[in-house]
Amino acid sequence: MKLKRIFFACACGMLMGMTPARAQLTVEITGAGANRLPVAIADFSGERIVAQALASVIRADLERSGLFRLVDAGSPLAENATPPFNDLKDRGADAVVGGTISGSADNRYETRIRLSDVPKQSVLGNPAYVHTGAQLRATAHRIADFIHEKLTGEPGIFSTRIAYVVKTGSRFELQIADADGGNAQAALASREPIISPTWSPDGSKLAYVSFEAKKPVVYVHDLASGRRHVAANFKGSNSAPAWSPEGKRLAVVLTKDGISQIYVVNADGSGVARVATSSSIDTEPRWSPDGQFIYFTSDRGGSPQIYRIGISGGNAERITFEGSYNVTPRPSPDGKSLAFVARNGGRFQLALMDLASKQTQILTDSTKDESPSFAPNGRMILYATEIGGRGVLAAVSSDGRVKQKLSILASDIREPAWGPSVK
Amino acid sequence: MRALLAVSTLTLLLAACGTQTLAPEQKPSDVVDGSSNRVGNEGIPVTPPPQPGETFDPESEAALSDSRSLLSKRNIYFDYDSYAIKPEFQPILEAHAKFLSKNKARKIMIQGNADERGSREYNLALGQKRAEAVKKTLGLMGVREEQLESVSLGEEKPVCSDATEDCWAKNRRGEILYSGREF
Repeated sequence: MKLKRIFFACACGMLMGMTPARAQLTVEITGAGANRLPVAIADFSGERIVAQALASVIRADLERSGLFRLVDAGSPLAENATPPFNDLKDRGADAVVGGTISGSADNRYETRIRLSDVPKQSVLGNPAYVHTGAQLRATAHRIADFIHEKLTGEPGIFSTRIAYVVKTGSRFELQIADADGGNAQAALASREPIISPTWSPDGSKLAYVSFEAKKPVVYVHDLASGRRHVAANFKGSNSAPAWSPEGKRLAVVLTKDGISQIYVVNADGSGVARVATSSSIDTEPRWSPDGQFIYFTSDRGGSPQIYRIGISGGNAERITFEGSYNVTPRPSPDGKSLAFVARNGGRFQLALMDLASKQTQILTDSTKDESPSFAPNGRMILYATEIGGRGVLAAVSSDGRVKQKLSILASDIREPAWGPSVK
Repeated sequence: MRALLAVSTLTLLLAACGTQTLAPEQKPSDVVDGSSNRVGNEGIPVTPPPQPGETFDPESEAALSDSRSLLSKRNIYFDYDSYAIKPEFQPILEAHAKFLSKNKARKIMIQGNADERGSREYNLALGQKRAEAVKKTLGLMGVREEQLESVSLGEEKPVCSDATEDCWAKNRRGEILYSGREF
């Protein structure tokens, strides 16, 4: 009873609703893919300012992915116009996008685009979008997703969101932004640390660890309402939440029976059950996408290494063997590979293992990598690192070629989590 | 305005949590001047400073904040990647164990901490192991389980933020916090 009162009181001093973040997250591209697809995004016809804003967000999305090379279209192109295929061929474009934005009286727009294959001179797609002025960026991301999927065969991730923690002075903010860093909002502000945010599979909630009660407690926070509840607050520490693939349960790390061990609770905090029992540290659980296994970090072998255990129990299987410090396992969305952080001669670097062959590749050349998080299409991995003593976010493609940096001036940014694709 | 808000939040926290002894790093950094402190510590009895030559009862309530008493020492430091309590800290823990055994209504929270290197969640687990080592030691010295809670702050509450071994050593610690007067 007394604890409940404390949490109520502590929450009063905290910001719970979504408010625009003060500082802009900027994205810098620091590396690109080897074989980028040349594509021309022409200026669309329609209201000039709106058309330009739309096309520039689409171009920036495609460019940032590292998969496309933007080619100047030469002239504006309406959705229903036949593209100047010979000229575009001379310019080196393999695909071209034209579009038309028509406005109506009540601040509603209809945007129609046409994606064409330049060498074949054929139409690849012709979707239409109805949106308001406020939905302009979101519409541009959806168009970029459409282009990405048509040209690469994989879903785009431009409409997804990311969560991360910003530390400015002694203030901590859990923020949510579009995948391109735009539209940043604070979901929670606190004077005590916030760590380990993780998205529910449907993108409606975040689970995280907050230290506002002078100890780590796991919360589940509904983003639309700004309401949250305690998911795990047992005696001792409560941390490392991980959603089950169906979104109903959380794997958490509790110390109620001694040292850090892995348990599963229902997302509402009921029905706690222990998953694995060891006499050593077990932490950082993550479900495999098929829900059959939990990957985790344990020092049961004398140094922190990655293991996995069947969700219904059984023996833990060791996954990492090279080196004396391998932590923070994150299975890829297709379940075929595992991102984690490996220590190599004092440097903490992002590594990717092919789970079938156990072949491991170091993806970065930085020294303080933490908290990897896969994009929902598995193509990029977002992670925290440090540049010049300041926390920044970075993203790298799973082949290590495409690199981006996301930072906020004068703030430390850490604990990234890439949200799901929500249709 | 922001400072005011922060102070009132702190007051609220203190009032609600009934906390008497806050570890230094638990105080928001903007509460530094005397006036803020006065507001921040509202309702908490202040122990008068000891007079020179005055005797004190080592197991009394007052001894908790008397710099001559081992009870005023609340930090246990650890070696890198170690959870072993070093011999030099045994007397401090013995003093706390004695106090807690005599004052069975008092409760403490032991906060374990780690240096900044490596994974935040793994460091949280390391801090927990350190807090647990302090708790076990106090248990062996006769303190009842109900009086003890071990938690971890991992690498999140450093007392020192330089990337040097000196600094890391200060952060690898277990810290004892006494709960409010009503216990």
